[in-house]
Amino acid sequence: MSEGDLLHVVASDNISPTRRNLGLALIWGSPAVLVLVALAQTLQAWGGFDFGFTNWRPTLYAYVLYAACLCWGQVLAKGEQGKRILFVLPAALFVVSLTVFPLLFGLVIAFSDWNLSSLDGRHFNGVANLVQMWHDPFYWNALTNMVWYVLAILPEYVVAFALALMLNADIRGQKFFRVAFLMPLMLSPVAVSWMIGKSMMETRFGPLANLMKHLGWAEPSFFSSPWIAKSTMMLMDAWTFIPFMMIMILAGLQAIPKELQEAARVDGATGWRAFWEVTFPLMLPVSITAVLIRLIFKLKLADIVITVTSGGPGGATDTVTSFIFREYRDRSNVGYGTMLAMVYLAIIIVAMTLLMKAADRYMKSSY
Amino acid sequence: MTTQIFHDSAADRTFRAKWWTGRVVIYGLLIFWAIVALFPIYWTITTSFKMAPDVMKGSLVPWWDFTPKWLGWKSLGLSPSTIFEQSTVRGEFLRRFYNSTVISVSSSLLAVALGSLAAYGLSRFSYKFLWMKNADISFFFLSQLILPPVVLALPFLVLYRELALLDTQIGLILLYTLSVLPIVIWIMRDQFAGIPTELEEAAMVDGQTIWGAYLTIILPIALPGMMAALILSLVLTWNEYFFAALLTSTYANTLPVMVASQTGSQGISWWSMAALSFAAILPLIIIGIGLERFIIKGMAAGAVK
Repeated sequence: MSEGDLLHVVASDNISPTRRNLGLALIWGSPAVLVLVALAQTLQAWGGFDFGFTNWRPTLYAYVLYAACLCWGQVLAKGEQGKRILFVLPAALFVVSLTVFPLLFGLVIAFSDWNLSSLDGRHFNGVANLVQMWHDPFYWNALTNMVWYVLAILPEYVVAFALALMLNADIRGQKFFRVAFLMPLMLSPVAVSWMIGKSMMETRFGPLANLMKHLGWAEPSFFSSPWIAKSTMMLMDAWTFIPFMMIMILAGLQAIPKELQEAARVDGATGWRAFWEVTFPLMLPVSITAVLIRLIFKLKLADIVITVTSGGPGGATDTVTSFIFREYRDRSNVGYGTMLAMVYLAIIIVAMTLLMKAADRYMKSSY
Repeated sequence: MTTQIFHDSAADRTFRAKWWTGRVVIYGLLIFWAIVALFPIYWTITTSFKMAPDVMKGSLVPWWDFTPKWLGWKSLGLSPSTIFEQSTVRGEFLRRFYNSTVISVSSSLLAVALGSLAAYGLSRFSYKFLWMKNADISFFFLSQLILPPVVLALPFLVLYRELALLDTQIGLILLYTLSVLPIVIWIMRDQFAGIPTELEEAAMVDGQTIWGAYLTIILPIALPGMMAALILSLVLTWNEYFFAALLTSTYANTLPVMVASQTGSQGISWWSMAALSFAAILPLIIIGIGLERFIIKGMAAGAVK
């Protein structure tokens, strides 16, 4: 991750003591308001006090006020330095309040028995959810499915690379082919799951089924046996996301200086050898970025599974996300669902860190 | 009649043959993949104009093996004969369409605004917050990309219920902004790193403040990059289904939720389903054709350093 040139400008600041004090008052005063409001709400929620709150909105407003005062106070108290902080602070506050708080809150939920449809609310149940998870074959099944889905990235990568090479070749109508190849990425997965999964793969008269009949598959059915269903899902997901990798690789290919390929040709490397010994090694960094990002998107795979098969047959196409989605939709089981999600997050973080470390080390050793 | 004196040598002739087979193979593959990529869209458009027997026969080419009818669009209330009449389905569809538009446009704008500010700051100044330096802060932002939506979904569900934000547009806008923010920062950081710092230095010598320099000098230069980030965010937020399905029910439903709920029901007729799907993907098809270079620019940003 390269940093750009840093800007070095010394600006003179004349901050009067009153201005500084006002800024500090804003920075430290607004959280006091927040604490007061939150305290009042908590009191109402726990004990008999009634301040007339109907929901937690007032705390939210107090929080927004606090965030605004924090930003403004920075400028007042610190002058030029504060203005610089103001570039990053809003985004940072936004992300922290929308991920860190819910994640902490999620941890609390994960260790509790909480069913939204039952009346007795949340209560702490320790590691019971973990134990339940350990004995839940469907969750393990979903995790194994994820491994298969992730492995499907490799063939996707090969296809994407081939397409990028063709687009990079000296061809006519490049613009048309680029737009056409890009199209699947633009379509909403939900619409795609109807367009392909439900209508083109309709067993009686869908065009894909007809094609399969011509090719000798007597009774094509794309979602009846576990492995066929799983590969159909992989194909549909690949169809949507191949353009994504293709474009990143294409950008990489176009950034390779022409001289390198010419030099290789002068040295007698042709076609296949030139690709393996010149183009492919040069494309490695881009490839790794593309595959890693594709991996991140793959781990979120859910939309088409939810809408086409809802995990069937017998959980063969389930992804972790779609499984948890149904856990909530069908059983309103918030506590258990959150625990499953947290475990998934932990697995992802460990796996991604290892992968990125490995990629990093590999890149360093080869250059 | 003249006789040909110079002949291509045998090696040259095989070269030409090889060149031609190469061309044929490349164009063959290109056309094959173009069909793979475009056929589902074609199929959806044509199906929306079919009637039941045409669907059963698996007809493909309009006017040749079936006669186009407005059946599918009529059921949406969008055909020429029904466009001026009252239609509850159309009202429903337009409401979802409006929701989708408002939510995706405002969250993308918000994400681009927040994200480009942060990206600019990170590319120009050195920060230190506790133990975190610039690289760590960048990583903090980008690492949000790893976070699977399912982890946030249930806490947000409960949180939004308490905050009375369930089934509201603003609730979805906040979440969508969060989900595309890392991508925006990633693209914009690249853009700003390519702009020389002398520009701001000159402006500041002329008496501009840093915010003045950012707004009047840097923003116009970075505008194409911002367009790329904006369009990529639009695509992602327009198509988002998971959060929308969990967090909305009646008022703030988006188009994908409508499409999905229709997909599940068995009784729905193909032609109207096709019309609905096509109406849902049409805006992005137009964006894709018109603004393709921005999308490619956006995705290429992180790939090449």
